[in-house]
Amino acid sequence: MDVKNIKKDIMLETKRLTKRFGGLVAVNQFDLEVLKGKISSIIGPNGAGKTTVFNVITGIYHPDDGEYYFKGERLFGLKPHQILSKGIARTFQNIRLFPNMTCLENVMAGQHARGNSGMWQSIFRTPAQLNEEKRIMKIAEDRLEQVGLSCYKHELAKNIAYGNQRMLEIARALASEPGLLILDEPSSGLNDKETEDLMGFLDKLIRDDLTILLIEHDMNVVMGISDWVTVMDEGKKIAEGKPKEVYHNPVVIEAYLGKEEEEEN
Amino acid sequence: MKLKNENSQVNRLSRKNNWFVILLILLFLLFPLVIKNDYFIDVAFFFGIYTLLGLSLNIVLGEVGLFDLGHMGFAAIGAYTTAILNTRFGIPVLILLPISAIAAAIFAYLVCSPIIHLKGDYLCIVTIGMGEIIRLTLLNNPFGLTGGPNGVFGICFPTVGSLMTIDNCPKFYYYIWIVVGLTVFALIRLQNSRIGRAWNYIREDVIAAEALGVDVRYYKLLAFVLGAALAGVAGNIYATKLMIVSPESFSFMESCLLFCIVLIGGMGSIPGVLIGAAAISLFPELFQTFAQYRMLFFGAVMIIMMMFRPGGVWPRQRGRILLKPVLMRAEKSEI
Repeated sequence: MDVKNIKKDIMLETKRLTKRFGGLVAVNQFDLEVLKGKISSIIGPNGAGKTTVFNVITGIYHPDDGEYYFKGERLFGLKPHQILSKGIARTFQNIRLFPNMTCLENVMAGQHARGNSGMWQSIFRTPAQLNEEKRIMKIAEDRLEQVGLSCYKHELAKNIAYGNQRMLEIARALASEPGLLILDEPSSGLNDKETEDLMGFLDKLIRDDLTILLIEHDMNVVMGISDWVTVMDEGKKIAEGKPKEVYHNPVVIEAYLGKEEEEEN
Repeated sequence: MKLKNENSQVNRLSRKNNWFVILLILLFLLFPLVIKNDYFIDVAFFFGIYTLLGLSLNIVLGEVGLFDLGHMGFAAIGAYTTAILNTRFGIPVLILLPISAIAAAIFAYLVCSPIIHLKGDYLCIVTIGMGEIIRLTLLNNPFGLTGGPNGVFGICFPTVGSLMTIDNCPKFYYYIWIVVGLTVFALIRLQNSRIGRAWNYIREDVIAAEALGVDVRYYKLLAFVLGAALAGVAGNIYATKLMIVSPESFSFMESCLLFCIVLIGGMGSIPGVLIGAAAISLFPELFQTFAQYRMLFFGAVMIIMMMFRPGGVWPRQRGRILLKPVLMRAEKSEI
Protein backbone atom coordinates (compact mmCIF):
# COMPACT_ATOMS: atom_id res chain seq x y z
CA MET A 1 0.00 0.00 0.00
CA ASP A 2 1.27 3.38 -0.94
CA VAL A 3 0.12 5.87 1.69
CA LYS A 4 1.01 8.90 -0.40
CA ASN A 5 -1.57 8.05 -3.04
CA ILE A 6 -4.45 7.80 -0.62
CA LYS A 7 -3.66 11.19 0.85
CA LYS A 8 -3.88 12.83 -2.52
CA ASP A 9 -7.22 11.08 -3.15
CA ILE A 10 -6.10 9.46 -6.34
CA MET A 11 -8.46 6.69 -7.42
CA LEU A 12 -6.46 5.36 -10.33
CA GLU A 13 -2.90 5.96 -11.32
CA THR A 14 -0.84 4.61 -14.20
CA LYS A 15 2.92 4.98 -14.43
CA ARG A 16 4.83 4.61 -17.68
CA LEU A 17 2.19 2.23 -18.99
CA THR A 18 3.30 0.62 -22.24
CA LYS A 19 1.57 -1.82 -24.54
CA ARG A 20 2.95 -3.09 -27.83
CA PHE A 21 1.23 -5.08 -30.55
CA GLY A 22 4.07 -6.57 -32.55
CA GLY A 23 6.09 -3.61 -33.77
CA LEU A 24 3.34 -1.10 -33.06
CA VAL A 25 3.53 0.74 -29.78
CA ALA A 26 -0.15 1.35 -28.99
CA VAL A 27 0.43 2.92 -25.60
CA ASN A 28 3.78 4.52 -24.89
CA GLN A 29 4.91 5.49 -21.37
CA PHE A 30 1.47 6.69 -20.46
CA ASP A 31 0.94 8.41 -17.10
CA LEU A 32 -2.56 9.07 -15.81
CA GLU A 33 -4.06 10.21 -12.55
CA VAL A 34 -7.78 9.98 -11.87
CA LEU A 35 -8.95 12.00 -8.89
CA LYS A 36 -11.68 10.75 -6.60
CA GLY A 37 -15.18 12.06 -7.17
CA LYS A 38 -14.37 13.73 -10.50
CA ILE A 39 -15.06 13.04 -14.14
CA SER A 40 -11.80 12.60 -16.02
CA SER A 41 -11.69 12.19 -19.76
CA ILE A 42 -9.24 10.85 -22.27
CA ILE A 43 -9.56 12.32 -25.74
CA GLY A 44 -7.53 11.93 -28.87
CA PRO A 45 -7.82 11.17 -32.57
CA ASN A 46 -8.68 7.69 -33.85
CA GLY A 47 -6.00 5.12 -33.17
CA ALA A 48 -4.41 7.16 -30.41
CA GLY A 49 -4.55 4.19 -28.05
CA LYS A 50 -7.39 5.31 -25.76
CA THR A 51 -9.29 2.05 -25.78
CA THR A 52 -6.06 0.12 -25.35
CA VAL A 53 -5.43 2.05 -22.13
CA PHE A 54 -8.89 1.00 -20.93
CA ASN A 55 -8.30 -2.58 -21.88
CA VAL A 56 -5.03 -2.64 -19.98
CA ILE A 57 -6.57 -1.04 -16.89
CA THR A 58 -9.45 -3.53 -16.86
CA GLY A 59 -7.12 -6.48 -17.32
CA ILE A 60 -8.17 -7.56 -20.81
CA TYR A 61 -4.66 -6.80 -22.13
CA HIS A 62 -1.49 -7.41 -20.25
CA PRO A 63 0.81 -4.36 -20.26
CA ASP A 64 4.39 -4.80 -21.50
CA ASP A 65 5.75 -2.27 -19.08
CA GLY A 66 4.69 0.14 -16.37
CA GLU A 67 2.58 -0.04 -13.26
CA TYR A 68 -0.95 0.87 -12.36
CA TYR A 69 -2.63 1.30 -9.04
CA PHE A 70 -6.23 1.51 -7.85
CA LYS A 71 -6.67 3.22 -4.48
CA GLY A 72 -2.97 2.63 -3.98
CA GLU A 73 -3.26 -1.08 -4.69
CA ARG A 74 -1.14 -2.59 -7.44
CA LEU A 75 -3.22 -4.10 -10.25
CA PHE A 76 -0.46 -5.49 -12.44
CA GLY A 77 -1.15 -9.05 -13.58
CA LEU A 78 -4.71 -9.28 -12.26
CA LYS A 79 -7.42 -10.88 -14.39
CA PRO A 80 -10.51 -8.89 -15.48
CA HIS A 81 -12.81 -10.50 -12.92
CA GLN A 82 -10.36 -9.74 -10.11
CA ILE A 83 -10.13 -6.13 -11.22
CA LEU A 84 -13.91 -5.82 -11.17
CA SER A 85 -14.07 -7.11 -7.62
CA LYS A 86 -11.55 -4.42 -6.64
CA GLY A 87 -14.15 -1.91 -7.77
CA ILE A 88 -13.50 -0.93 -11.39
CA ALA A 89 -16.42 -1.46 -13.73
CA ARG A 90 -16.52 -0.64 -17.42
CA THR A 91 -18.68 -0.37 -20.51
CA PHE A 92 -17.63 -1.09 -24.07
CA GLN A 93 -17.30 1.08 -27.14
CA ASN A 94 -19.43 -1.26 -29.25
CA ILE A 95 -22.09 -2.36 -26.79
CA ARG A 96 -21.47 -5.80 -25.35
CA LEU A 97 -24.66 -6.95 -23.68
CA PHE A 98 -25.84 -10.52 -23.22
CA PRO A 99 -28.28 -10.36 -26.14
CA ASN A 100 -30.45 -13.41 -25.45
CA MET A 101 -30.99 -12.68 -21.78
CA THR A 102 -33.49 -10.34 -20.20
CA CYS A 103 -32.54 -6.81 -19.19
CA LEU A 104 -32.88 -7.76 -15.54
CA GLU A 105 -30.57 -10.74 -15.96
CA ASN A 106 -28.10 -8.49 -17.73
CA VAL A 107 -27.99 -6.10 -14.83
CA MET A 108 -27.81 -8.97 -12.35
CA ALA A 109 -24.48 -9.85 -13.96
CA GLY A 110 -22.95 -6.86 -12.24
CA GLN A 111 -23.67 -8.41 -8.86
CA HIS A 112 -22.12 -11.75 -9.76
CA ALA A 113 -18.76 -10.97 -8.18
CA ARG A 114 -20.47 -9.72 -5.01
CA GLY A 115 -22.15 -13.06 -4.39
CA ASN A 116 -20.57 -16.30 -3.27
CA SER A 117 -23.16 -19.08 -3.23
CA GLY A 118 -21.82 -22.18 -4.93
CA MET A 119 -23.23 -25.15 -6.78
CA TRP A 120 -24.55 -27.16 -3.84
CA GLN A 121 -26.08 -24.13 -2.16
CA SER A 122 -27.89 -23.37 -5.40
CA ILE A 123 -29.15 -26.92 -5.83
CA PHE A 124 -30.42 -27.18 -2.25
CA ARG A 125 -31.57 -23.54 -2.16
CA THR A 126 -30.18 -22.76 1.25
CA PRO A 127 -31.59 -19.68 3.05
CA ALA A 128 -28.29 -17.89 2.51
CA GLN A 129 -28.49 -18.52 -1.22
CA LEU A 130 -32.11 -17.34 -1.38
CA ASN A 131 -31.26 -14.16 0.49
CA GLU A 132 -28.39 -13.54 -1.85
CA GLU A 133 -30.62 -14.03 -4.90
CA LYS A 134 -33.12 -11.60 -3.41
CA ARG A 135 -30.39 -9.04 -2.79
CA ILE A 136 -28.99 -9.42 -6.30
CA MET A 137 -32.43 -8.98 -7.80
CA LYS A 138 -33.20 -5.97 -5.62
CA ILE A 139 -30.00 -4.18 -6.60
CA ALA A 140 -30.54 -5.02 -10.26
CA GLU A 141 -34.07 -3.66 -10.15
CA ASP A 142 -32.87 -0.48 -8.45
CA ARG A 143 -30.25 0.09 -11.12
CA LEU A 144 -32.79 -0.48 -13.88
CA GLU A 145 -35.04 2.05 -12.17
CA GLN A 146 -32.14 4.49 -11.98
CA VAL A 147 -31.59 4.43 -15.74
CA GLY A 148 -35.34 4.38 -16.38
CA LEU A 149 -35.59 0.94 -17.95
CA SER A 150 -37.76 -0.82 -15.35
CA CYS A 151 -40.50 -1.30 -17.90
CA TYR A 152 -38.22 -3.46 -20.03
CA LYS A 153 -36.92 -5.73 -17.30
CA HIS A 154 -38.36 -8.91 -18.78
CA GLU A 155 -37.51 -8.01 -22.38
CA LEU A 156 -34.53 -9.60 -24.07
CA ALA A 157 -31.62 -7.17 -24.22
CA LYS A 158 -31.30 -7.53 -28.00
CA ASN A 159 -34.86 -6.32 -28.50
CA ILE A 160 -34.61 -2.89 -26.87
CA ALA A 161 -33.61 0.31 -28.67
CA TYR A 162 -29.96 1.22 -29.19
CA GLY A 163 -29.99 4.17 -26.82
CA ASN A 164 -31.59 2.01 -24.14
CA GLN A 165 -28.96 -0.67 -24.69
CA ARG A 166 -26.29 1.91 -23.86
CA MET A 167 -28.06 2.82 -20.65
CA LEU A 168 -28.55 -0.85 -19.84
CA GLU A 169 -24.83 -1.40 -20.15
CA ILE A 170 -24.18 1.46 -17.75
CA ALA A 171 -26.77 0.06 -15.33
CA ARG A 172 -25.03 -3.31 -15.52
CA ALA A 173 -21.68 -1.73 -14.65
CA LEU A 174 -23.25 0.25 -11.81
CA ALA A 175 -24.79 -2.91 -10.37
CA SER A 176 -21.31 -4.08 -9.43
CA GLU A 177 -21.13 -1.19 -6.95
CA PRO A 178 -17.90 0.19 -8.41
CA GLY A 179 -15.69 2.92 -7.03
CA LEU A 180 -14.54 3.82 -10.51
CA LEU A 181 -16.72 3.63 -13.60
CA ILE A 182 -14.94 3.52 -16.94
CA LEU A 183 -17.03 4.50 -19.94
CA ASP A 184 -15.76 3.87 -23.46
CA GLU A 185 -17.41 6.41 -25.78
CA PRO A 186 -20.80 6.34 -24.05
CA SER A 187 -22.35 8.84 -26.45
CA SER A 188 -21.40 7.18 -29.73
CA GLY A 189 -24.51 6.39 -31.72
CA LEU A 190 -26.77 8.48 -29.52
CA ASN A 191 -28.76 11.44 -30.81
CA ASP A 192 -28.49 14.94 -29.30
CA LYS A 193 -31.30 14.48 -26.84
CA GLU A 194 -30.03 11.13 -25.63
CA THR A 195 -26.53 12.56 -25.26
CA GLU A 196 -27.88 15.42 -23.17
CA ASP A 197 -29.77 12.97 -20.96
CA LEU A 198 -26.63 10.93 -20.58
CA MET A 199 -24.62 13.95 -19.49
CA GLY A 200 -27.22 14.82 -16.88
CA PHE A 201 -27.21 11.24 -15.70
CA LEU A 202 -23.42 11.12 -15.33
CA ASP A 203 -23.48 14.41 -13.46
CA LYS A 204 -25.93 12.92 -10.97
CA LEU A 205 -23.76 9.83 -10.54
CA ILE A 206 -20.79 11.93 -9.52
CA ARG A 207 -22.81 13.39 -6.71
CA ASP A 208 -23.36 9.82 -5.47
CA ASP A 209 -19.66 9.55 -4.67
CA LEU A 210 -18.53 7.81 -7.82
CA THR A 211 -15.48 8.48 -9.94
CA ILE A 212 -15.78 8.35 -13.70
CA LEU A 213 -13.15 7.92 -16.38
CA LEU A 214 -14.40 8.51 -19.88
CA ILE A 215 -13.22 8.19 -23.44
CA GLU A 216 -15.08 10.46 -25.73
CA HIS A 217 -15.06 11.67 -29.29
CA ASP A 218 -17.85 14.16 -28.86
CA MET A 219 -16.16 17.41 -27.83
CA ASN A 220 -19.38 18.85 -26.43
CA VAL A 221 -19.70 16.00 -23.96
CA VAL A 222 -16.07 16.22 -22.89
CA MET A 223 -16.05 19.97 -22.46
CA GLY A 224 -19.45 19.99 -20.79
CA ILE A 225 -18.93 17.55 -17.97
CA SER A 226 -15.24 16.77 -17.53
CA ASP A 227 -13.26 18.08 -14.60
CA TRP A 228 -9.98 17.02 -16.09
CA VAL A 229 -8.99 16.15 -19.65
CA THR A 230 -6.03 14.13 -20.85
CA VAL A 231 -5.17 14.24 -24.53
CA MET A 232 -3.53 11.27 -26.23
CA ASP A 233 -1.90 10.97 -29.61
CA GLU A 234 0.03 8.03 -30.99
CA GLY A 235 0.06 6.33 -27.61
CA LYS A 236 1.49 9.28 -25.72
CA LYS A 237 0.05 11.90 -23.46
CA ILE A 238 0.43 15.20 -25.30
CA ALA A 239 -1.50 17.52 -22.99
CA GLU A 240 -3.67 17.60 -19.91
CA GLY A 241 -5.58 20.17 -17.92
CA LYS A 242 -8.98 21.68 -17.35
CA PRO A 243 -11.26 21.38 -20.39
CA LYS A 244 -10.92 25.05 -21.39
CA GLU A 245 -7.13 24.98 -21.23
CA VAL A 246 -6.95 21.87 -23.35
CA TYR A 247 -9.45 23.20 -25.84
CA HIS A 248 -7.20 26.12 -26.72
CA ASN A 249 -3.92 24.25 -26.51
CA PRO A 250 -2.16 24.47 -29.91
CA VAL A 251 -0.64 21.00 -29.54
CA VAL A 252 -4.10 19.50 -29.18
CA ILE A 253 -5.51 21.40 -32.11
CA GLU A 254 -2.58 20.20 -34.17
CA ALA A 255 -3.17 16.59 -33.21
CA TYR A 256 -6.84 16.80 -34.17
CA LEU A 257 -6.62 18.94 -37.28
CA GLY A 258 -3.04 18.52 -38.48
CA LYS A 259 -0.46 21.27 -38.89
CA GLU A 260 -1.58 24.36 -40.73
CA GLU A 261 1.41 24.46 -43.06
CA GLU A 262 0.76 20.92 -44.18
CA GLU A 263 -2.79 21.74 -45.11
CA GLU A 264 -1.70 24.69 -47.20
CA ASN A 265 0.81 22.60 -49.06
CA MET B 1 -51.59 -2.96 -8.75
CA LYS B 2 -49.20 -3.70 -11.56
CA LEU B 3 -47.19 -5.98 -9.33
CA LYS B 4 -50.31 -7.88 -8.32
CA ASN B 5 -51.21 -8.37 -11.94
CA GLU B 6 -47.78 -9.67 -12.67
CA ASN B 7 -47.90 -12.07 -9.75
CA SER B 8 -51.28 -13.48 -10.70
CA GLN B 9 -49.91 -14.06 -14.15
CA VAL B 10 -46.96 -15.87 -12.62
CA ASN B 11 -49.31 -17.94 -10.48
CA ARG B 12 -51.42 -18.92 -13.44
CA LEU B 13 -48.37 -19.91 -15.41
CA SER B 14 -46.95 -21.92 -12.56
CA ARG B 15 -50.29 -23.68 -12.02
CA LYS B 16 -50.40 -24.61 -15.68
CA ASN B 17 -46.82 -25.85 -15.43
CA ASN B 18 -47.62 -27.86 -12.31
CA TRP B 19 -50.47 -29.68 -14.06
CA PHE B 20 -48.20 -30.47 -16.94
CA VAL B 21 -45.54 -31.89 -14.63
CA ILE B 22 -48.08 -33.98 -12.68
CA LEU B 23 -49.40 -35.38 -15.95
CA LEU B 24 -45.89 -36.31 -17.04
CA ILE B 25 -45.17 -38.05 -13.72
CA LEU B 26 -48.42 -40.02 -13.93
CA LEU B 27 -47.59 -41.06 -17.47
CA PHE B 28 -44.15 -42.13 -16.30
CA LEU B 29 -45.50 -44.21 -13.40
CA LEU B 30 -48.25 -45.91 -15.39
CA PHE B 31 -46.29 -46.65 -18.55
CA PRO B 32 -44.80 -50.07 -17.57
CA LEU B 33 -48.07 -51.09 -15.89
CA VAL B 34 -50.17 -50.43 -18.97
CA ILE B 35 -47.69 -51.54 -21.59
CA LYS B 36 -46.36 -54.88 -20.50
CA ASN B 37 -44.15 -55.36 -23.54
CA ASP B 38 -40.48 -55.52 -22.51
CA TYR B 39 -39.38 -54.18 -25.87
CA PHE B 40 -41.24 -50.90 -25.44
CA ILE B 41 -40.06 -50.57 -21.85
CA ASP B 42 -36.50 -51.07 -23.05
CA VAL B 43 -36.96 -48.37 -25.67
CA ALA B 44 -38.18 -46.08 -22.90
CA PHE B 45 -35.13 -47.04 -20.84
CA PHE B 46 -32.75 -46.03 -23.62
CA PHE B 47 -34.75 -42.86 -24.09
CA GLY B 48 -33.90 -42.20 -20.41
CA ILE B 49 -30.19 -42.93 -20.92
CA TYR B 50 -30.06 -40.56 -23.87
CA THR B 51 -31.91 -37.94 -21.86
CA LEU B 52 -29.36 -38.19 -19.07
CA LEU B 53 -26.48 -37.98 -21.54
CA GLY B 54 -28.22 -35.10 -23.32
CA LEU B 55 -28.67 -33.25 -20.03
CA SER B 56 -25.00 -33.72 -19.23
CA LEU B 57 -23.89 -32.36 -22.60
CA ASN B 58 -26.46 -29.59 -22.34
CA ILE B 59 -24.51 -28.14 -19.41
CA VAL B 60 -21.36 -27.86 -21.48
CA LEU B 61 -22.82 -27.11 -24.91
CA GLY B 62 -26.17 -25.56 -24.12
CA GLU B 63 -25.47 -23.49 -21.04
CA VAL B 64 -21.88 -22.42 -21.64
CA GLY B 65 -21.70 -22.81 -25.42
CA LEU B 66 -18.55 -24.96 -25.43
CA PHE B 67 -18.39 -27.28 -28.41
CA ASP B 68 -17.74 -30.70 -26.97
CA LEU B 69 -17.77 -33.50 -29.53
CA GLY B 70 -16.09 -36.07 -27.31
CA HIS B 71 -18.66 -36.24 -24.60
CA MET B 72 -19.16 -40.00 -24.93
CA GLY B 73 -15.58 -40.33 -23.70
CA PHE B 74 -16.69 -39.23 -20.23
CA ALA B 75 -19.50 -41.79 -20.30
CA ALA B 76 -16.92 -44.41 -21.29
CA ILE B 77 -14.80 -43.51 -18.27
CA GLY B 78 -17.84 -43.98 -16.02
CA ALA B 79 -18.89 -47.24 -17.66
CA TYR B 80 -15.41 -48.79 -17.59
CA THR B 81 -14.79 -47.66 -14.00
CA THR B 82 -17.95 -49.50 -13.04
CA ALA B 83 -17.19 -52.54 -15.17
CA ILE B 84 -13.58 -53.01 -14.03
CA LEU B 85 -14.12 -52.34 -10.33
CA ASN B 86 -17.20 -54.55 -10.26
CA THR B 87 -15.80 -57.54 -12.13
CA ARG B 88 -12.34 -57.43 -10.51
CA PHE B 89 -13.14 -56.46 -6.95
CA GLY B 90 -16.83 -57.24 -6.68
CA ILE B 91 -17.77 -53.78 -5.46
CA PRO B 92 -21.57 -53.36 -5.70
CA VAL B 93 -22.48 -51.26 -8.75
CA LEU B 94 -24.73 -48.92 -6.79
CA ILE B 95 -21.74 -47.88 -4.68
CA LEU B 96 -19.83 -47.45 -7.92
CA LEU B 97 -22.44 -44.95 -9.15
CA PRO B 98 -20.92 -41.96 -7.32
CA ILE B 99 -17.42 -43.37 -7.84
CA SER B 100 -17.95 -43.48 -11.62
CA ALA B 101 -19.22 -39.91 -11.51
CA ILE B 102 -16.16 -38.77 -9.56
CA ALA B 103 -13.78 -40.71 -11.82
CA ALA B 104 -15.25 -39.06 -14.93
CA ALA B 105 -15.21 -35.66 -13.21
CA ILE B 106 -11.54 -35.96 -12.21
CA PHE B 107 -10.68 -37.11 -15.70
CA ALA B 108 -12.54 -34.12 -17.18
CA TYR B 109 -10.74 -31.78 -14.81
CA LEU B 110 -7.31 -33.09 -15.73
CA VAL B 111 -7.93 -33.18 -19.48
CA CYS B 112 -9.84 -29.91 -19.76
CA SER B 113 -7.67 -27.74 -17.52
CA PRO B 114 -5.01 -27.14 -20.17
CA ILE B 115 -7.47 -26.71 -23.07
CA ILE B 116 -10.21 -24.70 -21.42
CA HIS B 117 -9.05 -21.35 -22.84
CA LEU B 118 -9.50 -22.56 -26.44
CA LYS B 119 -12.26 -20.97 -28.47
CA GLY B 120 -15.20 -22.62 -30.26
CA ASP B 121 -13.93 -24.67 -33.17
CA TYR B 122 -10.47 -25.29 -31.69
CA LEU B 123 -11.97 -26.71 -28.53
CA CYS B 124 -14.24 -28.81 -30.71
CA ILE B 125 -11.30 -30.43 -32.49
CA VAL B 126 -9.48 -31.11 -29.23
CA THR B 127 -12.53 -32.77 -27.70
CA ILE B 128 -12.97 -34.97 -30.77
CA GLY B 129 -9.36 -36.04 -30.27
CA MET B 130 -9.97 -36.68 -26.61
CA GLY B 131 -13.00 -38.87 -27.27
CA GLU B 132 -11.12 -40.86 -29.90
CA ILE B 133 -8.07 -41.33 -27.67
CA ILE B 134 -10.27 -42.75 -24.94
CA ARG B 135 -11.96 -45.15 -27.35
CA LEU B 136 -8.66 -46.29 -28.88
CA THR B 137 -7.07 -46.72 -25.47
CA LEU B 138 -9.93 -48.94 -24.40
CA LEU B 139 -9.60 -50.87 -27.65
CA ASN B 140 -5.91 -51.53 -27.00
CA ASN B 141 -6.53 -53.24 -23.70
CA PRO B 142 -4.09 -51.36 -21.44
CA PHE B 143 -2.69 -53.58 -18.61
CA GLY B 144 -5.21 -56.22 -19.64
CA LEU B 145 -7.92 -54.20 -17.89
CA THR B 146 -10.38 -53.24 -20.59
CA GLY B 147 -10.55 -56.45 -22.57
CA GLY B 148 -9.83 -54.79 -25.93
CA PRO B 149 -12.56 -54.93 -28.58
CA ASN B 150 -14.52 -57.52 -26.60
CA GLY B 151 -14.90 -55.18 -23.66
CA VAL B 152 -15.64 -56.21 -20.10
CA PHE B 153 -18.59 -58.47 -19.38
CA GLY B 154 -20.31 -60.00 -16.40
CA ILE B 155 -21.23 -56.77 -14.64
CA CYS B 156 -23.69 -57.33 -11.78
CA PHE B 157 -27.17 -55.85 -11.48
CA PRO B 158 -27.57 -53.00 -9.01
CA THR B 159 -28.65 -54.29 -5.60
CA VAL B 160 -29.86 -52.46 -2.54
CA GLY B 161 -28.40 -54.79 0.09
CA SER B 162 -30.54 -57.92 0.01
CA LEU B 163 -33.73 -55.87 -0.20
CA MET B 164 -34.04 -55.40 -3.91
CA THR B 165 -32.21 -56.22 -7.09
CA ILE B 166 -32.81 -54.15 -10.17
CA ASP B 167 -32.88 -57.00 -12.63
CA ASN B 168 -35.79 -56.61 -15.07
CA CYS B 169 -36.91 -54.09 -17.65
CA PRO B 170 -39.55 -52.21 -15.62
CA LYS B 171 -37.20 -51.87 -12.66
CA PHE B 172 -34.45 -50.47 -14.88
CA TYR B 173 -37.00 -48.16 -16.43
CA TYR B 174 -37.95 -46.72 -13.04
CA TYR B 175 -34.30 -46.56 -12.00
CA ILE B 176 -33.12 -44.47 -14.95
CA TRP B 177 -36.11 -42.16 -14.93
CA ILE B 178 -35.81 -41.46 -11.21
CA VAL B 179 -32.17 -40.52 -11.79
CA VAL B 180 -33.24 -38.33 -14.73
CA GLY B 181 -35.94 -36.73 -12.57
CA LEU B 182 -33.50 -35.84 -9.80
CA THR B 183 -31.03 -34.49 -12.35
CA VAL B 184 -33.67 -32.32 -13.98
CA PHE B 185 -34.71 -30.99 -10.58
CA ALA B 186 -31.11 -30.06 -9.69
CA LEU B 187 -30.38 -28.58 -13.10
CA ILE B 188 -33.47 -26.37 -13.09
CA ARG B 189 -32.36 -24.97 -9.75
CA LEU B 190 -28.87 -24.42 -11.10
CA GLN B 191 -30.24 -22.65 -14.18
CA ASN B 192 -32.04 -20.15 -11.97
CA SER B 193 -29.06 -19.37 -9.82
CA ARG B 194 -25.90 -17.34 -9.86
CA ILE B 195 -24.05 -20.31 -11.39
CA GLY B 196 -26.50 -20.87 -14.23
CA ARG B 197 -26.52 -17.19 -15.08
CA ALA B 198 -22.72 -17.07 -15.06
CA TRP B 199 -22.70 -19.95 -17.56
CA ASN B 200 -25.13 -18.08 -19.80
CA TYR B 201 -23.15 -14.85 -19.56
CA ILE B 202 -20.10 -16.71 -20.83
CA ARG B 203 -22.07 -18.16 -23.73
CA GLU B 204 -23.52 -14.79 -24.69
CA ASP B 205 -20.31 -12.74 -24.50
CA VAL B 206 -17.10 -13.99 -22.94
CA ILE B 207 -15.34 -10.65 -22.78
CA ALA B 208 -18.26 -8.84 -21.19
CA ALA B 209 -18.74 -11.71 -18.72
CA GLU B 210 -15.09 -11.52 -17.75
CA ALA B 211 -15.19 -7.75 -17.38
CA LEU B 212 -18.23 -8.11 -15.11
CA GLY B 213 -16.50 -10.33 -12.63
CA VAL B 214 -17.25 -13.83 -13.89
CA ASP B 215 -14.27 -16.12 -13.42
CA VAL B 216 -14.55 -17.58 -16.91
CA ARG B 217 -11.99 -20.32 -16.46
CA TYR B 218 -13.59 -21.57 -13.25
CA TYR B 219 -17.12 -21.69 -14.62
CA LYS B 220 -16.11 -23.37 -17.86
CA LEU B 221 -14.25 -26.03 -15.91
CA LEU B 222 -17.19 -26.44 -13.53
CA ALA B 223 -19.45 -27.07 -16.51
CA PHE B 224 -17.10 -29.69 -17.94
CA VAL B 225 -16.63 -31.40 -14.59
CA LEU B 226 -20.35 -31.47 -13.82
CA GLY B 227 -21.21 -32.59 -17.36
CA ALA B 228 -18.62 -35.35 -17.17
CA ALA B 229 -19.89 -36.49 -13.76
CA LEU B 230 -23.42 -36.84 -15.12
CA ALA B 231 -22.13 -38.67 -18.18
CA GLY B 232 -20.26 -40.96 -15.79
CA VAL B 233 -23.52 -41.72 -14.00
CA ALA B 234 -25.16 -42.50 -17.33
CA GLY B 235 -22.20 -44.75 -18.18
CA ASN B 236 -22.61 -46.64 -14.91
CA ILE B 237 -26.31 -47.30 -15.48
CA TYR B 238 -25.68 -48.24 -19.09
CA ALA B 239 -23.03 -50.77 -18.03
CA THR B 240 -25.25 -52.39 -15.42
CA LYS B 241 -28.17 -52.62 -17.82
CA LEU B 242 -26.25 -54.25 -20.66
CA MET B 243 -23.92 -56.15 -18.29
CA ILE B 244 -21.21 -55.62 -20.87
CA VAL B 245 -19.26 -52.57 -22.00
CA SER B 246 -17.28 -52.39 -25.21
CA PRO B 247 -15.47 -49.53 -26.94
CA GLU B 248 -17.86 -49.39 -29.90
CA SER B 249 -20.66 -48.04 -27.66
CA PHE B 250 -18.62 -44.89 -27.13
CA SER B 251 -17.78 -44.00 -30.72
CA PHE B 252 -17.52 -40.56 -32.26
CA MET B 253 -20.92 -41.11 -33.89
CA GLU B 254 -22.52 -41.42 -30.44
CA SER B 255 -20.97 -38.10 -29.38
CA CYS B 256 -22.43 -36.56 -32.53
CA LEU B 257 -25.86 -37.92 -31.64
CA LEU B 258 -25.60 -36.26 -28.22
CA PHE B 259 -24.68 -33.03 -29.97
CA CYS B 260 -27.82 -33.41 -32.09
CA ILE B 261 -29.97 -33.97 -28.99
CA VAL B 262 -28.98 -30.58 -27.61
CA LEU B 263 -29.31 -28.81 -30.97
CA ILE B 264 -32.69 -30.32 -31.86
CA GLY B 265 -34.21 -29.38 -28.52
CA GLY B 266 -32.67 -25.93 -28.26
CA MET B 267 -29.43 -24.94 -26.56
CA GLY B 268 -29.75 -24.69 -22.80
CA SER B 269 -33.33 -25.90 -22.69
CA ILE B 270 -34.17 -28.86 -20.44
CA PRO B 271 -37.53 -29.72 -22.06
CA GLY B 272 -35.63 -29.39 -25.32
CA VAL B 273 -33.24 -32.13 -24.26
CA LEU B 274 -36.20 -34.42 -23.58
CA ILE B 275 -37.54 -33.77 -27.06
CA GLY B 276 -34.13 -34.20 -28.64
CA ALA B 277 -33.49 -37.45 -26.79
CA ALA B 278 -36.92 -38.69 -27.82
CA ALA B 279 -36.13 -37.88 -31.44
CA ILE B 280 -32.74 -39.61 -31.33
CA SER B 281 -33.78 -42.73 -29.43
CA LEU B 282 -37.38 -43.29 -30.52
CA PHE B 283 -37.15 -42.25 -34.16
CA PRO B 284 -34.92 -45.09 -35.35
CA GLU B 285 -37.17 -47.57 -33.51
CA LEU B 286 -40.38 -46.16 -34.93
CA PHE B 287 -39.07 -46.31 -38.48
CA GLN B 288 -37.56 -49.74 -38.28
CA THR B 289 -39.81 -50.85 -41.12
CA PHE B 290 -37.86 -48.57 -43.44
CA ALA B 291 -34.79 -50.65 -42.56
CA GLN B 292 -31.75 -49.15 -44.20
CA TYR B 293 -33.55 -46.00 -45.30
CA ARG B 294 -34.33 -44.86 -41.80
CA MET B 295 -31.02 -43.03 -41.33
CA LEU B 296 -31.62 -41.22 -44.62
CA PHE B 297 -35.04 -40.16 -43.44
CA PHE B 298 -33.65 -39.17 -40.09
CA GLY B 299 -30.92 -37.05 -41.68
CA ALA B 300 -33.45 -35.31 -43.91
CA VAL B 301 -35.62 -34.44 -40.92
CA MET B 302 -32.59 -32.98 -39.15
CA ILE B 303 -31.73 -30.76 -42.13
CA ILE B 304 -35.29 -29.52 -42.54
CA MET B 305 -35.56 -28.83 -38.84
CA MET B 306 -32.39 -26.82 -38.70
CA MET B 307 -33.57 -24.78 -41.69
CA PHE B 308 -36.93 -23.86 -40.23
CA ARG B 309 -36.28 -23.88 -36.50
CA PRO B 310 -32.60 -23.11 -36.01
CA GLY B 311 -33.22 -22.25 -32.37
CA GLY B 312 -34.49 -25.74 -31.63
CA VAL B 313 -37.95 -27.22 -31.07
CA TRP B 314 -38.34 -25.91 -27.55
CA PRO B 315 -35.88 -23.07 -26.90
CA ARG B 316 -35.33 -21.89 -23.36
CA GLN B 317 -37.99 -19.46 -22.17
CA ARG B 318 -36.74 -16.39 -20.42
CA GLY B 319 -38.44 -13.71 -18.42
CA ARG B 320 -41.08 -13.99 -15.76
CA ILE B 321 -41.15 -17.77 -15.55
CA LEU B 322 -37.47 -17.80 -14.80
CA LEU B 323 -37.89 -15.60 -11.77
CA LYS B 324 -40.98 -17.35 -10.48
CA PRO B 325 -39.56 -19.44 -7.63
CA VAL B 326 -37.49 -16.64 -6.20
CA LEU B 327 -40.28 -14.09 -6.57
CA MET B 328 -42.68 -16.33 -4.69
CA ARG B 329 -40.22 -16.95 -1.88
CA ALA B 330 -39.38 -13.29 -1.63
CA GLU B 331 -43.07 -12.44 -1.48
CA LYS B 332 -43.72 -14.95 1.29
CA SER B 333 -40.90 -13.69 3.45
CA GLU B 334 -42.12 -10.12 3.06
CA ILE B 335 -45.53 -11.03 4.45
